[in-house]
Amino acid sequence: MTAAALIAVLFGMLLLLIRAIAGPTLYDRVLAVNSFGTKTVLALGLLGFVMGRPQFLDIAILYALINFVSTIAILKFFRYRSFQVPLVRRGQGGGNV
Amino acid sequence: MKGARVAYFLGLLVALVGFWLGMSGHYTPLLLTLGAVSVAVCLILAYRLDIIDREGAPYVRIIGFALYFPWLMKEIAKANWTVVKACLKAEMDISPALVKVKTACVTDLAKVTFANSITLTPGTVTVEIEGDKMLVHALYEQEAQPEAFDEMDRRSREAADGKRRPA
Amino acid sequence: MSDFLASLPAWWEVIRFPLGAALCLAGGLLCLVGTVGVLRFPDFYTRLHAASITDTSGATLLLLGMAMMAPDWMVVSKLVAIFVFIYLTSPASSHAAANAAHTAGLQPLIGPVSTHDKEGQGS
Repeated sequence: MTAAALIAVLFGMLLLLIRAIAGPTLYDRVLAVNSFGTKTVLALGLLGFVMGRPQFLDIAILYALINFVSTIAILKFFRYRSFQVPLVRRGQGGGNV
Repeated sequence: MKGARVAYFLGLLVALVGFWLGMSGHYTPLLLTLGAVSVAVCLILAYRLDIIDREGAPYVRIIGFALYFPWLMKEIAKANWTVVKACLKAEMDISPALVKVKTACVTDLAKVTFANSITLTPGTVTVEIEGDKMLVHALYEQEAQPEAFDEMDRRSREAADGKRRPA
Repeated sequence: MSDFLASLPAWWEVIRFPLGAALCLAGGLLCLVGTVGVLRFPDFYTRLHAASITDTSGATLLLLGMAMMAPDWMVVSKLVAIFVFIYLTSPASSHAAANAAHTAGLQPLIGPVSTHDKEGQGS
């Protein structure tokens, strides 16, 4: 039954690829990639349980962190076209936000 | 203020050591030394970044958040059911709307808690925060009247700021 | 009564694998439902709601099921760490996506949406 759950998650990832490729705007693609990353974390954990090696969870933790950072990095890049801009609130000019 | 900083520093130290011990599973002297070194490097980096303050180590409010979390889980479960039905219905009957919500939260931590709770609940997403007004995109217009967020507002304020002093 | 209490851990050992696997299966199906919503919904902001099903209830049920089947406490602590990460980062990233789209001027679809014009709204 765990294997069935793994297959369901993998099938969901496959369907998300359609949205990531066909999505009309950039933000649809970012959303699809972010959701794909969350499903990858869950699928890695499930794979560890199906194979009887829960050490896979370490990779899943690492992937959860990288997924968040990459989403924020992509969005920041396409908003400012640069990674060099500090993230501050508009009209506040570098206060502690 | 000095004593508070030391307390935040100790809180961060305890959290990092607990995290390392929970992740590792191997307790030989070599690996324990490496863990101590990595915890020390993390603390030095956090000190250099100047993020050891009330927001960097909010352990004082951990009881408030622990009391808030079960109520949030209940709300998430209810909202999930609505969105799952909306996903699977053959006839799509959604009516998305943008709603302005005014919050009574004052501190940044309370505002972040409230906005994250709204976003975490499926069916509503915080699009923008300006001062004490939030722009919320909702999947169903009739379920996202501004009064619907009052209880969540009150509870997240109590969780993040404490009951008595609202500032 | 004491016999019953003494036999509880043994019962738990028997029952936790099917129960955990059933929770995992429910979580996997919820992930699939969220994906179907992402494929079906008409514009970006509504797709965001469907994607948050995966992040909240799907992840919760899957991690709960895995925690029931866990062989030792180390695995449970790792699952708790993943749970906390997902619950802290998923609202932040969906708010970032929504805010970036709103700032860039992507207008959301407002008002009732019927089935027959669900495709071809974007671009």
